[in-house]
Amino acid sequence: MTTTIIKTTTKILTPLILVFGSYIILHGHLTPGGGFQGGAVFASGLALLIVANKYETVKSLFEKAPLSVLESIGAVGFLGMACLGFAGYTFFKNVIANSGFLLFGGKTPSGINPGYLNTGGTLPYMNIFVGMKVLAGLTSIILVFFLIMRRERDEW
Amino acid sequence: MIEHLPALMIAVPLFGAFVSPLFKKKQNIVAIWAILITAVTVGLSLLLMYQVRLNGVIVYVFGADKPTLVLPSGYKVPIRIMFEIDGIGAFMAISATLMSFVGALYSYSHVEGESGLEKYYALLLLLEVGILGMVLTGDLFNLFVFLEIAGIAGSALVGFRNYRGEASEAGIKYLIVSSVASLMVLFAVGILYGEYGNLNLAYISRQVSFNTLDMIAFGLLFASFAMKCGAVPMHYWVPDAYTEVPAGINPALLVSTYASLYALFRVSFTLFANISISLARVGWIMSVLGVLTMFIGVTMALVQKDVKRLMSYHAISQTGYMLLGVGVGLTVLHDPKALAEFGRTAMAGGIFHIINHIIYKSLLLMTAGALFYVTGTRNLNEMGGLARKMPITTLCFIVGAAAISGLPPFNGFASKFLIYESSYRLNPLLAVFAMVTSILTLASFVKVFASAFLGPPLEKFENVREVPKPMIVAMVILALLCILFGLFPDVVLDKLVYPAVDALINVAQYQSWGGLA
Amino acid sequence: MNGNIWVNFPFIVVALLLALGFYTIGFKRNLIKVVIGIEILEGAVNLFLVALGYVRGGYAPIYTLAPSEAANPQNMVLPTPQALTLTSIVIGVAVSALMLAFAVNIYKHYGTLDVTKIRRLRG
Repeated sequence: MTTTIIKTTTKILTPLILVFGSYIILHGHLTPGGGFQGGAVFASGLALLIVANKYETVKSLFEKAPLSVLESIGAVGFLGMACLGFAGYTFFKNVIANSGFLLFGGKTPSGINPGYLNTGGTLPYMNIFVGMKVLAGLTSIILVFFLIMRRERDEW
Repeated sequence: MIEHLPALMIAVPLFGAFVSPLFKKKQNIVAIWAILITAVTVGLSLLLMYQVRLNGVIVYVFGADKPTLVLPSGYKVPIRIMFEIDGIGAFMAISATLMSFVGALYSYSHVEGESGLEKYYALLLLLEVGILGMVLTGDLFNLFVFLEIAGIAGSALVGFRNYRGEASEAGIKYLIVSSVASLMVLFAVGILYGEYGNLNLAYISRQVSFNTLDMIAFGLLFASFAMKCGAVPMHYWVPDAYTEVPAGINPALLVSTYASLYALFRVSFTLFANISISLARVGWIMSVLGVLTMFIGVTMALVQKDVKRLMSYHAISQTGYMLLGVGVGLTVLHDPKALAEFGRTAMAGGIFHIINHIIYKSLLLMTAGALFYVTGTRNLNEMGGLARKMPITTLCFIVGAAAISGLPPFNGFASKFLIYESSYRLNPLLAVFAMVTSILTLASFVKVFASAFLGPPLEKFENVREVPKPMIVAMVILALLCILFGLFPDVVLDKLVYPAVDALINVAQYQSWGGLA
Repeated sequence: MNGNIWVNFPFIVVALLLALGFYTIGFKRNLIKVVIGIEILEGAVNLFLVALGYVRGGYAPIYTLAPSEAANPQNMVLPTPQALTLTSIVIGVAVSALMLAFAVNIYKHYGTLDVTKIRRLRG
């Protein structure tokens, strides 16, 4: 069910919420946050979109969105990052940290620092994969509940 | 790759579980994928048992430079999550993987027509991951996380057939009991962490002492794990859950219940091992709980009309045998003469009964599932005369019923005899109760056999045929295991059970991480 | 006792929330209220875990743009209970979602949410 207030607010707020959720996922190794928290914020942005639109629009849009493929990619990616440690070390070892790899492989300064995004090793990768899985999972839950308990017509 | 074996045992089924939802369009391939993954895991677990018998306790530290680096340089306490595998852990891992494989094989044709199969197999593999993580880990919080994974996956599978209202009712009952028990386990873990500052099982077992907070934590852990394995005051979820779950998941759900029993033993024998004064009282509590469970389970089973519900009440009563056997062992743990005489045999009987019970109870529940597949009903009053149409199913049912009642050449007799003769030495009354329960079990299975299989064939079952081949193969595998374990119990006791018993009794090997620190 | 009595205030709240959670699970007749009772219980256990890690006068355990007194690790609050609580919250989300899905299905088949009437499996 939608009203005019919800439709107008959604047009302004949804991009901000989605960007904020991505920021929380990406900076998980520097500030509070990480995979699950950012994924939950992103999913609440998508939930706002589900609530604010008509039933047919939501159904036709989300039938095409590959939510369970996204979920599986996130899960297999997380497991793959953990299995990188089999070559020489143990399972789940952080093999990219401080090694000079191109993406997220810089040296971590010790002590109080202003926070450099290029550090962290396997942690940002795992955050991104977990964020993908969580947003796909939570959005599927809300979508299924919405499709079961739909309203026949928009009230107001 | 051999040194990474503990991590592979979690990684392989987890990979299988994550890839399964991709098979949404082609639902006949996902069953073959699940059978393949569970077969690979069976091979890995047999290899793990071989390694444990060769090297003693195996330790695998996650995220360190080498798998055996328990104390990195400059640290005095272990800080990383680790897997610590001894005899009883490997024993439970073998039964978990074997039962998941048999369940996947049976489910190939049992749930063939239903929708949403890719989620079914993903949840089956997740249940297997949860059980394997619970029995292999050496860290308290890791135990809690895998306990919750097994509980959520199990209850989602109980409510799988959502076109029946009773399935959702059984599912929500199981989920409420499971999550309350897990929250109390987390509360006890929090108490222990606040006292000692570390979450490692071997480290805490060195430091534990006899003050009020530790007794509260022990009481909470004992009660929560007893709640999750269906001991008597809290057994109400067991019949509902075992009746409504599809029959291919019953083996894995049984192993999940006995993994909580394993956690109960781990807490009593290893975590609180330094407290010698009150362990005798806890042993008496465990034995009395076992006898009560046996008796109430079998008396309520005599009046049931639904065949799967009857078998679930028998599952409750057989859990009592295991609690009785290990309780007798716990009572005499600090009395060396009595331990050598009958304590060790009692514990061997209890632990051998775990794998025997899983094998014959899964066999019986799968024959009940075959009856449901063929006739479409579970009510005993409506069935009759199916012995001529389904000969192999009848034969498997006879093997299972003889095994559960403790008749001689089958495996039930071997473990029950060990429990009878050693619990008699502690207190004769316990053995009397055990034997009366055995006789009542035989009575109720004679009733089931007579109603379902004997008698003249009814007209509505005129063109009923034998069940499809994968279900037959799964049932025959378990029946052969029943007969083999009954004819050669010495081989199984020597190779599988006595290493497990010795791992529970000798705590020093576990507490020092297998000699590493 | 050492110090003031207000140090123990979080643990008193934990005990109250535990009692409230168990009362709601055991004595309420609507199925949704039972689910809310389990959420209260989970909140109590999470509060207990977070309150274990408190250091008096401590800062948040983050090094990015921290104030200069927080350079000494003795001044920071313990970070491990916070990780344990986060895991517990995630598990709680999954359990709640599953329970509510079961409740929706039960309403569709039985027509009521009264706990004393959802008893077809009996005996």
